[in-house]
Parts: sequence; structure tokens; C-alpha cells
Amino acid sequence: MITAGRVVRLAEFDRAQLRFFLDGQMCAALVGDTVLTAMLASGHALRKFEFGPELRAGFCLMGACQDCWVWQEEGPRLRACSTLVTEGMRLRTTPPESWP
Amino acid sequence: MSDASSPLVVIVGAGPAGIRAAATLVEAGFHPVVIDEGHRAGGQIYRRPPTGFLRTPEQLYGSEAAKARALHALFDRLAADGRLTLCAGSSVIAVQEGRLHVLGEGGVQVIGYDRLILATGASDRVAPVSGWQSAGVYSLGAAQIALKAQGVALGRRIVLIGSGPLLTLVGAQLLKAGADVAAVLDTSRWHQQMRGGWQLAARPIVALRGLALRARLGGRYHAGVAFERIEVDGQGVTAMRWRDAGGRARLTPCDMIGMGWHLRAETHLADLAGCSFTYDEQWRQWLPKTDEMGRAGNGVYLAGDGVRLLGADGAEIAGRLAAAACLADLGLPAPSLRADLRKLARLERFARGLACAFPWPAAMVQALPDDAIVCRCENVTAGDVRQSAGFGGGEANRVKSLSRVGMGRCQGRYCQLAAVELAAVQAGCTPAAVGRFRGQAPVRPAPIDAFLREG
Repeated sequence: MITAGRVVRLAEFDRAQLRFFLDGQMCAALVGDTVLTAMLASGHALRKFEFGPELRAGFCLMGACQDCWVWQEEGPRLRACSTLVTEGMRLRTTPPESWP
Repeated sequence: MSDASSPLVVIVGAGPAGIRAAATLVEAGFHPVVIDEGHRAGGQIYRRPPTGFLRTPEQLYGSEAAKARALHALFDRLAADGRLTLCAGSSVIAVQEGRLHVLGEGGVQVIGYDRLILATGASDRVAPVSGWQSAGVYSLGAAQIALKAQGVALGRRIVLIGSGPLLTLVGAQLLKAGADVAAVLDTSRWHQQMRGGWQLAARPIVALRGLALRARLGGRYHAGVAFERIEVDGQGVTAMRWRDAGGRARLTPCDMIGMGWHLRAETHLADLAGCSFTYDEQWRQWLPKTDEMGRAGNGVYLAGDGVRLLGADGAEIAGRLAAAACLADLGLPAPSLRADLRKLARLERFARGLACAFPWPAAMVQALPDDAIVCRCENVTAGDVRQSAGFGGGEANRVKSLSRVGMGRCQGRYCQLAAVELAAVQAGCTPAAVGRFRGQAPVRPAPIDAFLREG
């Protein structure tokens, strides 16, 4: 099952769907997806990098490199590789406008 | 022994080493506390998908399925029977005076210990390649975790680069799962692999299994390659530009690159717990010092890949040994593990063979162009590191202060070895003489409000 984004699903298709919001757009994911999997099934990156021009999409997937912190609309950031996506989650690839 | 007066043993990490240490302590009547970052015990190599996933251990772990099954079942039984306390999804972020600061969902909690067993494992040892900061470049471990724990490939067309057993294994696993693997590029030359090969006879079945996996890669596998750079556009990776063993320029289009040169021990907590370190020439990294049982002094014990890079089988043994040492030091009868010690010596021979056959690419790192990124956290370049070492001398922490290499959110986990290599050349000394970055708490990023909620 080819996704619209970076990741390709190869197994575990038999899971319930859920919806989340990525930069305001409604996207679909599967129950048990990490935020990283869910975001990269819908797009090509997790966030715009603070110290350079490139986009970032995670690196180690085991909570060691800290490359995959993403913003939520309500404020707190989360580590995308070690957090499961939940129904209705509202995620952003750029900081909220209120970010200092 | 589980009454309030018995010494409290805390184990950090619920991989093969942590699970075996916990089981050994439970058998002796203890009730250990096990702290693990994962949501389910197993560690990285025997990592379990979230609940509701359907693939069997045989599909997930291949030839190692029986070992994974046994470890998972053992730990789940001990947890279900209330023989240990598991703090899942929790990170130890600081160690100070017999107390651990543990970051979980509810904030930071302080847990005191009488004895501490650190089984913190390892992560990929990566070397920078120009362009590696771009979206679509991952560690080899990441590619494996994505496949095992999520059932996904991290790209449509994949190139794997580096050296070591994981390079071949991840390539074979991705192919088997149906991913498009375009090339598997090994920096180790054939004659180098042969040189380490004779020591691999210490584990003939494992060595043969490795060769069989390599055969599955077919013409995708190339030994003795050199990397020019990772080509990118605004979306991320577009191709790998490399040279084959004959020096011919090659370009392989891809949208994902997995990289790794064997493993780097995760030692931040050992550092904060006051362990002393020694530079290991063969692994080209600093490792904590322990006796053969894993004693590091001060009531601290180390087990698994966080102290000796022997893989999962070695970690199971080391976990038992560390727990036995802990029991003996408490004046309690400890199981005799002489057979385990002999087996560990054999695994050590095998691991030395691997280190020799698939070496750290020191010359490649030393030759990085000045504009190549060394620190992915803050985009510190090879030129920045060279300049800092030229100005302030070849001492790791001075280079860190001047260039900010190692000051980012990963705290040097993915840049330290390359930065030290570059500083050593600039200062005309050895990597060992450059030293290592001092460990700093918190060893994982923690929001300020987690401390306000401190219990």
C-alpha cells in the first residue's frame, strides 16, 4: 500500500483507521502508528529545521537523536518516534505563531 | 526479601540485559524496579510492535524468534505476578547521590537506589557524509525499527551505507518484506573483511547466517566503496553519489538512505553515575570500565551493549552476571556463572573479529570537506570543528565549547566520534588524547514544567 508521503506500508494493514490534523488538514492514519509514521504517511517531513534550510524527518527512531520533535497546535511539543498518534491530534510542521 | 528493609535494586533498560538481570534478582527474592523508555519491554533488537499488530515473532525476529519469545514471556510473567515494578515509557535523565531523576508522563519523579544496574544498550555508530542532515537519511537501526515496530519502509527506493552486521541484516530484512533496496554499500574492503574473518569462526553458525544474508543481497552489495555525497532537493534525498572499489563514479537515485557503522555504546548514565572510562582502540570509542562481572564500583553495575558491544546474546549473559555480582556484593548467595563467563569470552572474540572486519571509517571522516555537517542538531560543520581545534587545541570539551559540536539536543551521541576524529587530525594527536565530551544532565530533553511537577 503506497502512501501519499515518504513511508511505504509493507505489513499490518488490518488496523482501524483514525483521523488527525496536520497543519490544519485532516489526514488518515492507522491505530498503532507513531506520530512519525502517521505524519510521514501523509507528507515528506516532520518539521522545518531551526538551524538550516532543510526539512527534517527523524533519524534514529529510538528516542536518542531528538530530531523528530514536532509541535502540537495546543503548544506542547512531542517526540514523534516514541509517541503514538491518537484520534483528533492536531500537529504542525512549523512552530505556532505565538512561539517566541 | 521484598519487605521495605531489603536493599532496592533499580535496573535501567528492559532489553535482553535488563530482563535477565531482573529475572536473576527476582529468583533471589528481590523486587527490582525496572525503568524503560519503551512502552513494552524487549529493548531495540527484540522490540515489540504496539498491541494489535499481528505479525508473529518468527516474522519479526527471524532466526532469533525463540530468544525474543522467551525474553518477552519471562518479563511479562514477572510483571504480571507483581515480582518487579516496571516504569514503562520513562527516561532516567539524571543520576545523583544514589538517586535517579525519572521523566515520565506525570513529570519528573525521584527514585533512590541501593544498587544500580545500567543496561542502557547502544545506538548506531554513524559517520557524517555530506548531505546527511537532509530529510530521508536515517540510521540503519531506524530502518529496522520502522519495519519491525511499524511495518513500514522509510522510503520507496532505499540505499543502505556503512559497514557491519546490521548493514547486511537490514538490507536482507527490507528485501524480504518487499521494500525496494537499490544498493547496499559497504566501506570495508573484501581483504579487510577476510582479515577479521578468522575470528568470526568463534561463532560459526552466526557467521554462516551472515554470509547467507549477504548472498540474498546479490548484486546490490558492493564492498570497499567511498562516498562522495548525498544529493538532495527541497523535499530531501534524491540520490547517493559514490565510488566503487575500482574508483568508478556511481550515482544511485533513491529517496531514503540508511547509514551506520556498527554500534556506539550508550554511556551517558554511566558517566553521570561516576564510572571511569577507557578508550577502546578497536571499537574507536570510550567505554566504561568494569570487572568481568560488570562491577563499576560505588554500587553501580553495567551490562549489555552499553559497556561491551557483544550483541543480544552477550547482553543476556551480562545481565545475569551483573545481577549475580550485585547479590554477591550484598553478601547473598549468587548463582555460579562460570559457564556464562566462558561463553562471554567466546562472544568477545567474535565481536573483536567483527570490529576488525567492519572498521570505523576514520580516513573518510578525516577527509570530510569543510562544509559537511558534523552535528545534525545545530548544523556545526567539519570546518567549524577544525577551526576550533586549531584555535583552542585538541581537547574534546574545549572544541565543544568553541564550536557547539555536541551541545545540541542529542548531546553528542551522533557527532562526538567524528568531531574527535577531526580534532585529533587538526591537533596532531590521537582520538584517545582528545578525550570525550563530559556527560551532562538531563540526558534527554525535559520540559521545565516536568520539574515543577516533581514528586
